[in-house]
Amino acid sequence: MYNLSMFKKFTVLIVTIFFITINAYAGSTGELELNKNEPKEIKDCFEKLNRATFSFNQGLDKAIIKPIAKGYRSLPDPIQKGTSNAVRNLSNLITIPNNVLQGDIKMAVINTGRLVINTTVGILGTIDVANKMGFPKYEMEDYGQTLGAWGVGPGCYLVVPVLGPSNLRDTAGSFINVMGGDPWYNVSAHGNNEFLSQDIYMISKALSGIDFRANNIESLDNLEKNSIDFYASVKSLYTQDRENKIKNNQRGNIEVLYKDETDWEEIDKK
Amino acid sequence: MNLKRIFIILLLFNFNSAHVYSMAPDVFIQSTVNRASQTLSENISKDEKIYQLKIIAKETVDIKGVGFYSLGSIRNKLNEADKKKYSELFELYFLKSFSSRLSEYTNPKIEVQGKKRLNENYTIVNSKLIATSDRPEVKIDWRVYTKNSNNPLIRDLIIEGLSLARTQKEEFASILNSNNNDINALFKALEDFSK
Repeated sequence: MYNLSMFKKFTVLIVTIFFITINAYAGSTGELELNKNEPKEIKDCFEKLNRATFSFNQGLDKAIIKPIAKGYRSLPDPIQKGTSNAVRNLSNLITIPNNVLQGDIKMAVINTGRLVINTTVGILGTIDVANKMGFPKYEMEDYGQTLGAWGVGPGCYLVVPVLGPSNLRDTAGSFINVMGGDPWYNVSAHGNNEFLSQDIYMISKALSGIDFRANNIESLDNLEKNSIDFYASVKSLYTQDRENKIKNNQRGNIEVLYKDETDWEEIDKK
Repeated sequence: MNLKRIFIILLLFNFNSAHVYSMAPDVFIQSTVNRASQTLSENISKDEKIYQLKIIAKETVDIKGVGFYSLGSIRNKLNEADKKKYSELFELYFLKSFSSRLSEYTNPKIEVQGKKRLNENYTIVNSKLIATSDRPEVKIDWRVYTKNSNNPLIRDLIIEGLSLARTQKEEFASILNSNNNDINALFKALEDFSK
């Protein structure tokens, strides 16, 4: 059993290194630079495969995920809010180590306080007591963002089956979660206790996904209806969102704008 | 005497013109969103709302500028006939997309909160869409083209940090890349959408 677990971890480690290596290789052609602000063209090395996966995901969404999300939306507000709070509270377990890895010790301490208060007083995170106490707004962090903050470029765009838009760097970041980077996964899958299991972990992740989908039903419908290439719109929005998160830009701030004004300047001269 | 009168009238006319038409970017945005909000809250059909929204967009958005920005670097390779055709198709596409997106909202309340001058050509106006029981607060920034201060124009909307102009540009780039940079493929996509 021990050997099997070690083998699994080793495999995941190899896959992660593979992704990071590919990313670093991409970097040699200009992808891997520190403090790069100017958005470049998104590398879509696997476009055919990505579009096929995107179509598959859309089918899955229409048949299963969206109807579940709509059902979730019809639940009483306190249940939705409680579920949403609980899955966000669990995400602190990934956010806190990433705060540390990014050198933001102050935020790591704040988020640890938030986790402790919400898990205890907030009844397993279902009530966001910390927010009511005036804690700063919660900003989720993950290993993909940390790699980005360290200067690793996004690499090729990737559509992951079921999970949706990503890129090589962020996919590698997700693997780190199951390699020991997510304490919630560690105690659920390897905690050797009678209360938690890998199934509980999977359910919590599924709930997180359904909560996200339920909160974006109208906006995604609207985007699909008004796009001439929905796949490309989602790719662009995902990339912009990740750039903002890596730079820790508060949403709506001026810094999120293009540093590269060349296109506008060219048009102005005409 | 007549000359003096004419001189005074001309002076007053000039003063009034400058006073009426020179508009600060934040005032311009607040006035534009108020117009749109009023249209959306009126008890008229959806088609009538879309028609009114298109008029507002034509008056307040630099549709031609946004169009050429969205086209990317291929704009430099187009001949005059293709540029003209593109501008016409883009306007139809933009107006349909813009009015269709907005018409989903009923009585949206947008509050302008501040502005930041980027340079003489651009000012960013910060605003927020007020939260309702159905949706959270949404931050919206407006890139306003201010080269002609008498006629400011909107060039981009940045919703929660996501630029619509950039999204559109990358969408068009994707269509062109998938079709060996053939502008006709983009023309067809724009035509199909606008039907």
